[in-house]
Amino acid sequence: MKSTPRMAPLLRIFLAVLTAAWLLPPAARAQLQIQITSGVTNPVPIAIVPFAEAPTDSTDVAGVVQHDLVGSGRFTAIARNRMPGTPTQAADVKFADWKAAGSDYVVVGRVTATAGGQLAVEFNLLNTLTGQSIARQRFVGTAAALRNAAHRVSDVIYQAITGIRGAFATRIAYVAVVGQGATQRFQLVVADADGYNQHLILQSRFPIMSPTWSPDGQWIAYVSFENHLSAIYVQRVLTGQRTMVSERAGINGAPAWSPGGHRLALTLSGNSGHPQIYVLDLRNQHLTRITHAPAINTEADWAPDGKSIYFTSDRAGEPQIYKIGIAPGSMPQRITFTDDYNAGPHISPDGKLLAMVTRDHSGNYCIAVQNLATGEFRVLTHGPLDQSPSFAPNGATLIYAARPGNGSAGILATISVDGLTGLTLKPTQGEVRDPAWGPFTK
Amino acid sequence: MYRRILVLTLLAGSLGLAACASHPPKPSASQQASSSQAGAESQGAQGGANANGGPFGNQSSIPGPQQGLLGQRTIYFGFDSSVIKGQGTAIVAAHAKYLADHPNARVRLEGNTDERGSPEYNIGLGMRRAQSVREAMLLQGASADQITVVSYGAERPVDPAHNRAAWAKNRRVNIVYLTPNNQPPVAPQQQTPRQQEQPPQQ
Repeated sequence: MKSTPRMAPLLRIFLAVLTAAWLLPPAARAQLQIQITSGVTNPVPIAIVPFAEAPTDSTDVAGVVQHDLVGSGRFTAIARNRMPGTPTQAADVKFADWKAAGSDYVVVGRVTATAGGQLAVEFNLLNTLTGQSIARQRFVGTAAALRNAAHRVSDVIYQAITGIRGAFATRIAYVAVVGQGATQRFQLVVADADGYNQHLILQSRFPIMSPTWSPDGQWIAYVSFENHLSAIYVQRVLTGQRTMVSERAGINGAPAWSPGGHRLALTLSGNSGHPQIYVLDLRNQHLTRITHAPAINTEADWAPDGKSIYFTSDRAGEPQIYKIGIAPGSMPQRITFTDDYNAGPHISPDGKLLAMVTRDHSGNYCIAVQNLATGEFRVLTHGPLDQSPSFAPNGATLIYAARPGNGSAGILATISVDGLTGLTLKPTQGEVRDPAWGPFTK
Repeated sequence: MYRRILVLTLLAGSLGLAACASHPPKPSASQQASSSQAGAESQGAQGGANANGGPFGNQSSIPGPQQGLLGQRTIYFGFDSSVIKGQGTAIVAAHAKYLADHPNARVRLEGNTDERGSPEYNIGLGMRRAQSVREAMLLQGASADQITVVSYGAERPVDPAHNRAAWAKNRRVNIVYLTPNNQPPVAPQQQTPRQQEQPPQQ
């Protein structure tokens, strides 16, 4: 989706600019605090040496990179006070000293001002055993984007060592609930994947639900109950411009952006207790009904090829995941058979894994993944009230909403699809839920 | 709400498409202002909410009839059930009769679930409960244009605790009587407040 030029003629009337959201007092915004909950047994030891910094720079780039890598659960960092030196280029690295300090890898780098008034971040990832450079790269951007540049450094290092594309320079959207009673507010927040750099893109006295990213990361669709009744909006993240795309009777819910970017799958009920899945073409408002069973049919998620949809239905008496083609006359196929409650399907970017909420034999609601080729079903979390799994764009990690323990407020948490690494993102106040991990951006 | 009606009224003539209208998100300050403007509406949202400082504050002046069973606005449900039972049957019957006897009265049925499970599936379960109440009311003489249904799923618990007692309180349908000021903007020509639609206050 190429955004405004394409949207404007289609989505008819209304574009509001949300300047006000950024003016909210800081006290009304909860920060997210990261805590690593699990990691691999033999994390890779790495030293991220403080970067040489340009005079105008206040971001500790090496610190951000270290935070990213350690937070992944697959690395352990050499503490700065135990580093045998502070080299900023490969020629100054004494490999024997770093090997003796227990580090397999050393990262050195610098931030310099460019002639154009921007900042350049360059780094070199070195193997202490071989003395070889594994990866080196230079990113140029504004001072405001320095933190993002640091995440891009993390992405390159992570991929060079693990073989998995990094997803540190991505964003998440989620719903925060702050305040109580008459002052309770629902907030739609967009933040970096590490919880920093929060932007409030909508605030309401009424519930906000189910944010979902457009494939280009420029738009978010969501459900808002601003008029007591549900409606689906699409909103441009950068400007706050938004358009209401569905305000029909009954449920307007569970939007999911098609991989091509110009269609939304959504759930409508009309005056019926049997909500059905439809596809709305954002170019011409054409609405196509996809499901027909007299049951709950909801929570659509698109297969990566855009030709079929995974969804939740209780047509067999309890919620299970089904798949149906969007071509006319397609027959649904049941996908999940393990246990008697599987809902909220989310498909991995490569289309191979299906994540969902499952209820275990003790009544705990947990996050599980099913391998769609083999049928292997793995429960990744312990509940008791986990929900809303969303894949990172690299497919290696899921973010989900949790309420750990008794009476805890809602938090966000991540778990790797191998179940080995995870962390929690706890708000400093209120609660958070409904996370949606955004796509890779350029 | 107030603001929405104004927007719709302004747009209605030139557009004739209520379904396309929307209103700008508000900053917190003006949102506060707008919530105090729309007093009747914010009270309406609390129909059936608990009175002891739940998420939606007190409910000092709930619109609609209050005598006898009509003062009860909450129908409770079993786990994963939309079957109206016990006292709920009598409460639904009383409101259905009131609607049948007062054709200008309007209600919104708000379906809710407990917090467990997947949020949008819960929206479906809440809708099934609201529809269950709607169908019972229609069978007992209420007419379709008197009833609007919505599901909030698990988003508006009256008891925010995470235990069985709280979950039982949260699996419910709230019956909310709409005053002319908070009726949904179904179509532009219905935006004019109609005084005669106000249910008699008891």
